[in-house]
Amino acid sequence: MRREAILNAAIAIALLAVPLAAQAMGEPFVITLATKVAILALAGVGLNIALGLGGMVSLGHAAFFGIGGYAMAVLAAPVQAYEPLMTWPVEVAGTKSMPIIWLAATLAGGLAALAIGALSLRTSGVYFIMITLAFGQMLYYFAISWPAYGGEDGLSIYVRNGFPGLNTLEPLQFFALCYGVLMVALLFSRVLARSRFGLALAGARQNPLRSAALGIRPYSVKLTAFVISGAITGLAGALFADLNRFVSPAMLSWQTSGEIMVFVILGGVARLFGPVAGAALFILLEHWLGGFSEYWKLFLGLALLGIVLFARGGLIGTIAGREVAHD
Amino acid sequence: MSAMLLIEQVLNGLQYGVMLFLMAAGLTLVFGVMGLINLAHGALFMVGAFACASVAAATGSFWLGLAASLAAAAAAGAIVELTVIRRLYARDHLDQVLATFALILVFSEGTRWLFGSFPLYLDIPPALAGPVTLPGGIDYPLYRLVLIGIGLAIAGGLFWLIGRTRLGIRIRAGEADREMIAALGVDISRLYTIVFALGAALAGLAGALVGALQSVQVGMGEPVLILAFVVIVIGGIGSIKGALVGAILVGLTDTLGRFLLPVLFGAFMPPSQATTVGAALASMLIYILMAGVLVVRPGGLFGRA
Repeated sequence: MRREAILNAAIAIALLAVPLAAQAMGEPFVITLATKVAILALAGVGLNIALGLGGMVSLGHAAFFGIGGYAMAVLAAPVQAYEPLMTWPVEVAGTKSMPIIWLAATLAGGLAALAIGALSLRTSGVYFIMITLAFGQMLYYFAISWPAYGGEDGLSIYVRNGFPGLNTLEPLQFFALCYGVLMVALLFSRVLARSRFGLALAGARQNPLRSAALGIRPYSVKLTAFVISGAITGLAGALFADLNRFVSPAMLSWQTSGEIMVFVILGGVARLFGPVAGAALFILLEHWLGGFSEYWKLFLGLALLGIVLFARGGLIGTIAGREVAHD
Repeated sequence: MSAMLLIEQVLNGLQYGVMLFLMAAGLTLVFGVMGLINLAHGALFMVGAFACASVAAATGSFWLGLAASLAAAAAAGAIVELTVIRRLYARDHLDQVLATFALILVFSEGTRWLFGSFPLYLDIPPALAGPVTLPGGIDYPLYRLVLIGIGLAIAGGLFWLIGRTRLGIRIRAGEADREMIAALGVDISRLYTIVFALGAALAGLAGALVGALQSVQVGMGEPVLILAFVVIVIGGIGSIKGALVGAILVGLTDTLGRFLLPVLFGAFMPPSQATTVGAALASMLIYILMAGVLVVRPGGLFGRA
């Protein structure tokens, strides 16, 4: 555990130090990459609550990620078109304010997770994987065929949304914001794992029968965790849409679900900083392999295969030891 | 017009359904016997389509291409089983998902490397091109009718294989108790390779047959894979009968939904709005069907759960 704590601190400091150094050297692109890592890691932190703590192998988290992104677009698009968001029954204006958008994205992600989770958690194991995947695809096809927000082409939000007191158009300030959100989510995730709820969730994962006998309904505990997980991933989706100033159905595609899962597993399932390490490694690989081959995903696939087959426990597991702390 | 158009759509749905069955049968067998979730099944569909398109282009014969698709997909399946999949049987589903996700990347990018990003085209064999007139005066493409026939014949063949042959007995025994049949002297790892290659060959065949109706391109397997998942969730994992019923149900629901929903909404909406709402709802219809089946029977229609 000590080694893992030191490693976590090192990762947190490195993720902060790299963009600061990039700023000093005048490399804004590196800041954008680091921002991407922080946002994708946040999506992974969300999935890790379902996957690592709750043992729910969801291959449909792109649904929540995309819903968060579209929540941003739905709120911000009317502002750039100088139209109200809705006129009936009361007139509501859109907004470019990040706190409101974040709240909406978190709620939307959570609500979607409630609906999808309530149905999917009736099953378990491989059924659960396939069903979450199928619900994700359902939303993907809906986004493609619904023309109001750009359909297949997606929708551009030309100016990044604002946060009180910050200039979000400045890459480093936007990074700091995303980094802050990631740290809060990590702290929340750690507190959650050690709370009574976290222990009940671990019980429901390890032995649902015993946990039911102790008076804890595994279904309710897991559904609650799934909703929290979807809400955090939804928030990450809103930030990701703000980073790109663009939403499209690609955010909802099942490849996105696969990638979020890859971050978590690459870093180490159920490790607090697993998603951060995984997302950082993924983006590094993407950037580095993409530099010398157009077919970098081939090598990414081979690397992933090697990691699954021979380096179990992910990056953090390999460096800090296999044992996962039980406290 | 309506009745004839409806019959045509029903046939289209049936054709779609039997092709989904070819995909779903392999998935459900592999899951039933080996307990493995294989996301790379769609990659084998793509391998079959590419093998057929390139051999057909080189030799000019669709039928040689079809044979090549079976051979290539079965060989790819056997190689993947021997090198990667074999190590995953004892692992949890999470490792299986990640490893087979990685396999998709390898297959997709490998194919892009070999064939480039542009789609290949595969022509319907001349003997099967053109329409036939069905009783009642409906003109329907002969090729699609043949696909329905091939699909149903293969379904029959699979039922015979599983139910009546020695290999089928071993497969069923492998589903029930793998230690026991290993103790009875069946070479279980060879059986697994055979089952995996059989599933792969079916997927490859489906890819080649469908390839003549659409373009052959990288990534063509994944949408079909996900529909095949929906099929086996509806039918019940491990059940060939469930896969057949589920596939036809999904094929018909999807095709008829796309046809009927805009008409239905047109009854009380302006036409442009009806088309939009109808198309959006139609694209979600099979998932709604799946959710409905799960609410009533969480283990699928023919599942054991």
